[in-house]
Amino acid sequence: MDIFLQQLVNGLVLGSIYALVALGYTMVYGILELINFAHGEVTMIGAMVALTVIGALLGAAPDLPGVLVVLAGILVAIPACMALAFTIEKIAYRPLRKAPRLAPLITAIGVSIILQNLAMLIWGRQYVSFPAILPTRKYEFLGANISLLQIAIVVLALAVMAGLWLLVEKTRLGRAMRATAQSREVAELMGVNVDRVISATFIIGAAIAAIAGVMVSAYYGLAHYYMGFMLGLKAFSAAVLGGIGNIAGAMLGGLLLGVIEALGAGYIGDLTGGFLGSHYQDVFAFFVLIGVLVFRPSGLLGERVATRA
Amino acid sequence: MNLVLESLHRRPRLVAILLAVLLAALPFLMGFGLGNAWLRVLDFVLLYVLLAIGLNIVVGYAGLLDLGYIAFYALGAYLYAWLASPHFGLHLPFWAVLPIGAAFAGLFGVLLGAPTLRLRGDYLAIVTLGFGEIIRIFMNNLNAPFNLTNGPQGMNLIDPVSVAGFSFGRPLHVFGLTLPPTYFHYYLFLAFTLLAIFVAWRLQDSRIGRAWGAIREDEVAAAAMGINTRNLKLLAFAMGATFGGLAGGLFAAFQGFISPESFTLWESILVLCMIVLGGMGNIPGVVLGAVLLTMIPEALRYLGDLQRATLGQVVVDPADLRMLLFGVALVAMMLFRPAGLLPSRQRRREFAAEEGLAEQVQANLYDTRN
Repeated sequence: MDIFLQQLVNGLVLGSIYALVALGYTMVYGILELINFAHGEVTMIGAMVALTVIGALLGAAPDLPGVLVVLAGILVAIPACMALAFTIEKIAYRPLRKAPRLAPLITAIGVSIILQNLAMLIWGRQYVSFPAILPTRKYEFLGANISLLQIAIVVLALAVMAGLWLLVEKTRLGRAMRATAQSREVAELMGVNVDRVISATFIIGAAIAAIAGVMVSAYYGLAHYYMGFMLGLKAFSAAVLGGIGNIAGAMLGGLLLGVIEALGAGYIGDLTGGFLGSHYQDVFAFFVLIGVLVFRPSGLLGERVATRA
Repeated sequence: MNLVLESLHRRPRLVAILLAVLLAALPFLMGFGLGNAWLRVLDFVLLYVLLAIGLNIVVGYAGLLDLGYIAFYALGAYLYAWLASPHFGLHLPFWAVLPIGAAFAGLFGVLLGAPTLRLRGDYLAIVTLGFGEIIRIFMNNLNAPFNLTNGPQGMNLIDPVSVAGFSFGRPLHVFGLTLPPTYFHYYLFLAFTLLAIFVAWRLQDSRIGRAWGAIREDEVAAAAMGINTRNLKLLAFAMGATFGGLAGGLFAAFQGFISPESFTLWESILVLCMIVLGGMGNIPGVVLGAVLLTMIPEALRYLGDLQRATLGQVVVDPADLRMLLFGVALVAMMLFRPAGLLPSRQRRREFAAEEGLAEQVQANLYDTRN
């Protein structure tokens, strides 16, 4: 039972990170019907920029409290990722908005390759480790160990999600985003500056991705130029699980996927009599993905879009 | 120049003969001009052409976006390794293993296709992507409890192709020349590639090919015209997968070694990029795309020499730089020629129609997708 609870906690922590990245996919897909393959890479760049800032700060002023240093890293990573996403959208996606759908998919893949290799040139092929400056206190809860970092990740993720929810539901920009997602042409006729809304969508998604990137590198204690790829795929699976294009769906899907993965990895050995081990962890995301798409293509919270071309 | 082209256009037989002579002499030109390494690249070019032709049937003809295509390549390669290597102690001849591998991959094509029939567009792309990753992860991990794939180490000592007692795995000494195995593989791969091109070309305007085109353009309308969309989509999956499995078997025999490393998602994406870049649905375009995208990364290896010549030292490792430039090329090509380098006539018309015509905008307004 305590293993169950421990895996549940781990899953929720990982899931809240997936959820944050998934938000970026789902917002862009909701408006442009484009799989922004480069989003995982934006997350990776966020982590790398933050780690660079953290390293520099630690070198300059080693006495600063760790939380403050990490916060500074996040605050630099956010605008960096926003600028990056703005540029990507402008250069690689906007000129192709009227082209057939395969064309922007290919440029998205191209951008993904570019960002990965740029990161490799800048930060090297090795793992960049996250300095141990955050408090490591652990709490015991019904037999499960919960660290302060885990609590902080979940709380921060929930706060970001709440903020996004407010932005989308209560502000003018949010209303414009929802209108554009429903019908770009009609929104345009109603006076919405669609280009700006699309830019804003990319930028907001990137800001959230930057936070998620720092979280994931703090959680695993390292960052790597290749980390964005798997993270992006899983986050995308989470977005599909929740119903792509649906913001609440991405949150739910992310949390669920994290829990499924953690519980699956924890129990697969027992369930299959030792035939399959926990190194199959990565498989679950894809089985969930295929299962959802085959049996309920609209996702958990999505509308019926099974026959959309 | 134009005059030459025009006179060539009127003599198709002459063109065919010239092309045949060129293709037959190419390995010798490459081998003596640029060395055996480039001949190896040439062999890989042919393998990728084979893969691209196969994927083109699925994506270009039937319009089913498949991002997990390399899984079939992997299945073909692993089946070849199981049946013709010391791993299980089996050493079946290649002419028996290749068809089995192709059929095995084709069967998986149907197995994958069946549950995804209802899905379209991006959704299909993602399911196939997931399928490809699942296959790779299993191959990476199925070395325990019983050793099926030998895990990340991969399987080696795979039997080379041998025809009538002549093994493709050893160099041949004739007339004072030493011909490395790359020469024989070139002709072997060329034969299979030409066969694949012939099949794809004959399919294109056949009853089946036209039915695929109808499904690609509008599935509901195609079904209303009496086309059995389910069977035809499965057929497209199966045919594409069969070509993939065939290429995989050839790859295993050529390399003598396979590991899950060779079958990552990037490979699927690379093959997809080949056909999109070259011109989807158009065979010459697809071939051109495969040739370019295989050659460019190899050619970029010379960036190190270039840096040494111009800057006096190697500032950036060319291995790091070439993938970066590959990405830049991909984006640039799509921005400047979104229909591909050699688009089919039909696609060119579609693109021309989209250049801001009033009816098009009108149609978009009532498009329920938005």
